[in-house]
Amino acid sequence: MSTDSTQPLKARGVSVALDGRPVLRQVDLDVSAGEFVALLGANGSGKSTFVRAATGLVPMSNGTVELFGTPLDRFHDRHRLGYVPQRSRAVAGVPATVHEVVMSGRLAHRRLFGWSTKADAAAVDAAISRVGLPDRHRSSLSELSGGQQQRVLIARALASQAELLIMDEPTAGVDHDNQESLAELLGGLVHEGTSVLLVAHELGPLRPLIDRAIVLHAGEVAYEGPCEGLVGEDHAHVHAHTGQPPIPEGLTGEGVWR
Amino acid sequence: MTEMLSYEFMQRALIAAVFTGLAAPAIGTFLVQRRLALLGDGIGHVALTGVALGLLTGIAPVLTAVAVAIVGAVVIELLRMFGRTSGDVALAILFYGGLSGGVLLTNLAGESAASLNTYLFGSITTVSDGDLKIVAILAVLVISLAVGLSPQLFAVCQDEEHARVSGVPVRVYSILIAVLAAVTITVAMRTVGLLLVSALMVVPVAASQQLTRSFRTTHAAAMAIGLVAALGGVVSSYEINTQPGPTIVMLALAVFAVAALFGAATRRVRSRRHPVDFGRGDI
Ligand SMILES: Nc1ncnc2c1ncn2[C@@H]1O[C@H](COP(=O)(O)OP(=O)(O)O)[C@@H](O)[C@H]1O
Ligand SMILES: [Mg+2]
Repeated sequence: MSTDSTQPLKARGVSVALDGRPVLRQVDLDVSAGEFVALLGANGSGKSTFVRAATGLVPMSNGTVELFGTPLDRFHDRHRLGYVPQRSRAVAGVPATVHEVVMSGRLAHRRLFGWSTKADAAAVDAAISRVGLPDRHRSSLSELSGGQQQRVLIARALASQAELLIMDEPTAGVDHDNQESLAELLGGLVHEGTSVLLVAHELGPLRPLIDRAIVLHAGEVAYEGPCEGLVGEDHAHVHAHTGQPPIPEGLTGEGVWR
Repeated sequence: MTEMLSYEFMQRALIAAVFTGLAAPAIGTFLVQRRLALLGDGIGHVALTGVALGLLTGIAPVLTAVAVAIVGAVVIELLRMFGRTSGDVALAILFYGGLSGGVLLTNLAGESAASLNTYLFGSITTVSDGDLKIVAILAVLVISLAVGLSPQLFAVCQDEEHARVSGVPVRVYSILIAVLAAVTITVAMRTVGLLLVSALMVVPVAASQQLTRSFRTTHAAAMAIGLVAALGGVVSSYEINTQPGPTIVMLALAVFAVAALFGAATRRVRSRRHPVDFGRGDI
């Protein structure tokens, strides 16, 4: 297997067993630099498990994952990775503001016992503005709606100025208008060179952005190719939202959240 | 007041109260954030066995308590990480094991239940100079780590998985939190006592978060409330001749009650002024 330090994600033969039950079988998945890859599949098909294996959260029983050409267990440039977990576990037992949560996305850049720097503050401000919450810096997370909390988690991933964004169902439970805003934001990021691996159940307005789709079925890759090939892929539960205008080139992805 | 301050034991008790009042909420905030508010209680019970071990062997009980509490805290964290025991069952086992071990060993040492009692609920008259030195060193350690590492500890307690993906050594910090909690319990043992120490770690946090929105202010306000409750409790326990632990905790609870009422009232006023605007399309 050749190593390519510019390829954000290269997974080969990834197998995972949870509680002794095989959940992923021999999954190969690549994300090339600047590419937007969608990982699709029905509930329980193993999408989250793949993402968790690729980020080192669950151990693999077989296979290899390379991030930017480095094997997962030796990968330390964690600031190059932005992760948006599934299910919002945003609210903990003690209040925290939007600013504080997004600032925790800067940890890979910060030194122990150090104050946050101007660069940290600027990255946090930019990330919060990008998800359309510039007037909510000082709001407590618990004062926000579920969709807004999801946006805070996206901002946290953006704050590390990651080169590879891995997002687990950021569109789940988000209405169509806000999915369009997310599409606008991701379109801008990809335009700037960010690579994206996005887990979704339905593509909706994100569809025109996607370079390649991979469909998991019962832990195995059932389809890999362009989105067009998905129409009629019943088991993937992917519905074509035709009639959406394609997002134009050169968009910035700023300030369009409704 | 001046008469009270002229007693050396009161001076020592007040200094110990300052350290306890600041250290307990400093680390307790992270336990509450992680929804492990009862962890402190579990470790407190284990520390009781440590105290009894000190009484039995003649080593200073503060030292044996801190050693046994740290071992207990690390074991709980390892059980939570790798074991199949759920958190609350692991805690229950600690409660029972710690309490019965403590009483049993004290019996074996031939000490009466009364000597254990001073460790259970605190005793302002028995803080020695040696105790005070250990308490001061440990408390400064706890406070500086809890405040200095708060960005890391915050991230771990807020979202453990995101912290792991960001490269934060989550296991190291989880164990650090448990160890700092164990050390704090030993710090608080002479003033609040082992059975109520957890209250001083949790109640000031519960009180301050009635009125705050950010983690940082919650953390700072909890330490301030802890300080006031600990000092006020030691003074009142001298004045009205009660054990310091329950007195401190009742004061903290009174602050909580006031904060909860005040918080509910301000939220009510605020929501009347700014009704939720569904028209803005908040998702
Ligand atoms: N912690 C776990 N222990 C055991 N089985 C699990 C665990 N997490 C997920 N699974 C199982 O693994 C399968 C894949 O789950 P998941 O990756 O979450 O699917 P998806 O994200 O595609 O909905 C499911 O059948 C689920 O029941
Ligand atoms: Mg999932």
